[in-house]
Amino acid sequence: MEFEAVIGLEVHTQLLTESKIFCGCSTKFGAPPNHHTCPVCTGMPGSLPVLNRRVVEFALRLALAVGARINPVCVFARKHYFYPDLPKNYQISQYEAPIAEGGAIEIEVDGQRKSIGLVRIHMEEDAGKLVHDEKRPVSYVDFNRTGVPLLEIVSEPDIRSPEEAVAYLKKLRTIVRYLGICDGNMEEGSLRCDANVSVRPKGSQEFGTKVELKNMNSFRHVERALKYEIKRQIGLLLEGKEVVQETRLFDEAKGVTHSMRGKEEAHDYRYFPDPDLVPVKIDPEWIEKVRSELPELPDAKKQRFIEEYGLPTYDAEILTVSRPLAEFFEECVKLFPQPKKVSNWLMTEVLRELNREGKEIDETNLKPEHIAELLKLVEDGVVSITAAKKIFPEVYATGRNPKELVEEKGLRQESDEGALEAICREVLSENPAEVEKYKSGKKGVIGFFVGQVMKKTRGKANPKLVNQILTRLLEA
Amino acid sequence: MQRLSILEIREKLRKKEISSREITEYYLSRIEKLDPQIKAYLTVTREEALAQAQAADEKLARGEELPLLGVPLSVKDNICTKGIRTTCASRILENFVPPYDATVVERLKEAGAVILGKTNLDEFAMGSSTENSAFFPTRNPWDLERVPGGSSGGSAAAVAAELCAGSLGSDTGGSIRQPAAFCGVVGLKPTYGRVSRYGLVAFASSLDQIGPLTRTVSDAALLLQIIGGPDSRDSTCYPEAQPDYLSELEKPLPRLKLGLPKEYFGEGLSDEIRIKLEESFRELEKLGFELREVSLPHTEYAVAAYYIIAPAEASSNLARYDGVKYGLRLEGRDLLDMYKKTRSQGFGAEVKRRIMIGTYALSAGYYDAYYRKASQVRTLIARDFEEAFKEVDLILTPVTPTSAFRLGEKTQDPLQMYLSDIFTIPVNLAGLVGLSLPVGLTSENLPVGLQIIGPHFSEPLVLNLAHRLEEALSLNLNPPPE
Repeated sequence: MEFEAVIGLEVHTQLLTESKIFCGCSTKFGAPPNHHTCPVCTGMPGSLPVLNRRVVEFALRLALAVGARINPVCVFARKHYFYPDLPKNYQISQYEAPIAEGGAIEIEVDGQRKSIGLVRIHMEEDAGKLVHDEKRPVSYVDFNRTGVPLLEIVSEPDIRSPEEAVAYLKKLRTIVRYLGICDGNMEEGSLRCDANVSVRPKGSQEFGTKVELKNMNSFRHVERALKYEIKRQIGLLLEGKEVVQETRLFDEAKGVTHSMRGKEEAHDYRYFPDPDLVPVKIDPEWIEKVRSELPELPDAKKQRFIEEYGLPTYDAEILTVSRPLAEFFEECVKLFPQPKKVSNWLMTEVLRELNREGKEIDETNLKPEHIAELLKLVEDGVVSITAAKKIFPEVYATGRNPKELVEEKGLRQESDEGALEAICREVLSENPAEVEKYKSGKKGVIGFFVGQVMKKTRGKANPKLVNQILTRLLEA
Repeated sequence: MQRLSILEIREKLRKKEISSREITEYYLSRIEKLDPQIKAYLTVTREEALAQAQAADEKLARGEELPLLGVPLSVKDNICTKGIRTTCASRILENFVPPYDATVVERLKEAGAVILGKTNLDEFAMGSSTENSAFFPTRNPWDLERVPGGSSGGSAAAVAAELCAGSLGSDTGGSIRQPAAFCGVVGLKPTYGRVSRYGLVAFASSLDQIGPLTRTVSDAALLLQIIGGPDSRDSTCYPEAQPDYLSELEKPLPRLKLGLPKEYFGEGLSDEIRIKLEESFRELEKLGFELREVSLPHTEYAVAAYYIIAPAEASSNLARYDGVKYGLRLEGRDLLDMYKKTRSQGFGAEVKRRIMIGTYALSAGYYDAYYRKASQVRTLIARDFEEAFKEVDLILTPVTPTSAFRLGEKTQDPLQMYLSDIFTIPVNLAGLVGLSLPVGLTSENLPVGLQIIGPHFSEPLVLNLAHRLEEALSLNLNPPPE
């Protein structure tokens, strides 16, 4: 029997607001424990939450970007469970009336486009962090993260494979980054993902028993965890056993999932509207204002790159994954109007450096002027493409002017025809056997001569010119 | 010294007839002498009070005019005071010292008040007799064998026994008005949202409201002026500025229509209370006001709805007392054991009862039958008042079915205890103004209160009418000499 997986994802994105969702404390990461705290975010008796309107604005951006319906009035609710990192022992979240419902995210896997529906988007506060003492059996609580705003984005169970799940997550990350509402860093926990997974015989309309998967803090982990879990569930069904409804944790070291708690131990969150916060009214003018300030979104940008710059879909896709990269590309093209050449350079040399460092392009010293100048130097035959590639890492690392570096390193390419002809003659006279081969029709041997000339000039000769001169001399 | 109102003290301070230090020492000496019997205070902040009095005297000497400069007041111990322990009369917060002042305390201090200490209450304001205090019950200055009411029993007793010039209490279902009635003082529950709740330790957030307990209506107007008004730290606080209540008191009143809801004068109301109320109704008619019967048909469901909504919110609000961050912590084998031990021993029986009721009412599968249904009833009760206020300007009711009961009389029967708030609860459910005014004494020499209920933000009108009746009755109620 053939099975298919049914997957729905719950993604939490940490928002890039300056201050927390219900108090004025900073959201900055990396402060000493409990430095960004106050009576409100530590749940002191008598303290009250006050909504940071910026959080609503960020939520509206996402809701508009994914075409979700925005509720004219949304309500905060309390979600109860006891845990030391949750100072009030309830989390202020949304339940019956979230800020937005519906909408969809478009993904593409193996050239197949697919729309993944969204159930809802809601605002909530983050919890703190427990720090366990390594020497003694005690734990400490750090409330710096408590009250940092989150958006929870819940997908419909429209996802059918781990690959689709990853494509969805990547697309969602691209969108939140474009909107400037979340940095999308999974390893640091600013984008977190839980999955609901079930399997069923292919073609069946009913859902199987679902398992909730937690603790997947990278795209790779999501993919591995889902693959494992789908296999596990199918295995159970084939053995005639049943899938148990439970929450399972992914063990990244072993690549397996194991049970964390069963259905019986599931929390009853006892949601009810938070009486400390008034319902949030979102009027059409507010929505329109946010809409008018939305940036061009990745799909639209990709389409425009294909049409306006004549880029292949593949290039357009990669360049538009990151908004700063896409903008960088456009700046380069303004200065050096050969889009495909710019694209090639960005997709190879530049992305290699960025990936190595795990940085966004706007976090580096590299400027569009650098790329335009390098390409122009190659175009004008001042440097060989090899030489250009050789100095690029230094341009990238230091932000120094490429022309200066070319001079400093003596990489200016030899384009003096007289001088090059002398060297070419020298090479030919030193290799009579190869000359004979050429003359007998093995024209491919010209590559060997070019190589020798490059060797003698330590790579500085203009290879195009060398080729021309050699051909002329050999054909003479 | 003759018993003085806040306004009288202020006048004497401004005229330099007394100093703040003198009046502060006067109250402190009374506390020292009388509070061992009455037990109104949980904490007396003698040193701080004298320092504040000293500072006030210096300002008075410089001719500074602050509305409460040098006036000694007390604050219910569920309102946070920076650096002064705030216990909520609970073991779980016995040693909790807030790092901040509640907005109302901040405003009292800015207005120059001297704070004598923190008054006793039913644990977390849950109760109607102050017998639920984890530390000791407070006694009624009119009869030490009787309760002062609750939960603001410490505040009401302190004002009645002249252990402060005025006090702040909190009212979730009658906790200001009922003890005010039992102790023969004025108690005002303002409109929900009139006074910031920031720093009031939450019992039931959608019902809680801070308000004054005072000797006179004018004093209540003055204190409300200071503590009320917008506060950016409380989202449920009304953003508009307040009118000037004291000058509103002087305005002539038109021929108001005053409603007597028939549901409030039926069975269960003691004859002595009924007689006293009828006397004051006749006074009001003499003053030219028109009394007429109205109906609030959903009244009978109010107590039931309240005892779903208030415990539901309480079960949530009190979840934070877990031994992790502040307050009591009892060591346990593991985290769960620590939680259980701390909460089992930190909370008293009534608090635990309400946490259990509330937890149940919010549980999956029961929410619709309890919490949602109770919220719907709440809407109906609010609508009853809206309808009534189309016919009348204000509503007059008893505050309590009986006068102050004896200590221990109702502690074994929570339901009887809950029913003592039957006339005050609907006002909280509807978020209205409710004022308790002393209108006389029973044959046993116990005070009787009249409740004046007004629409949202009708404090000026409610205070004005109360002021008229207070003048007309001119009772000057004083508990028997100690």
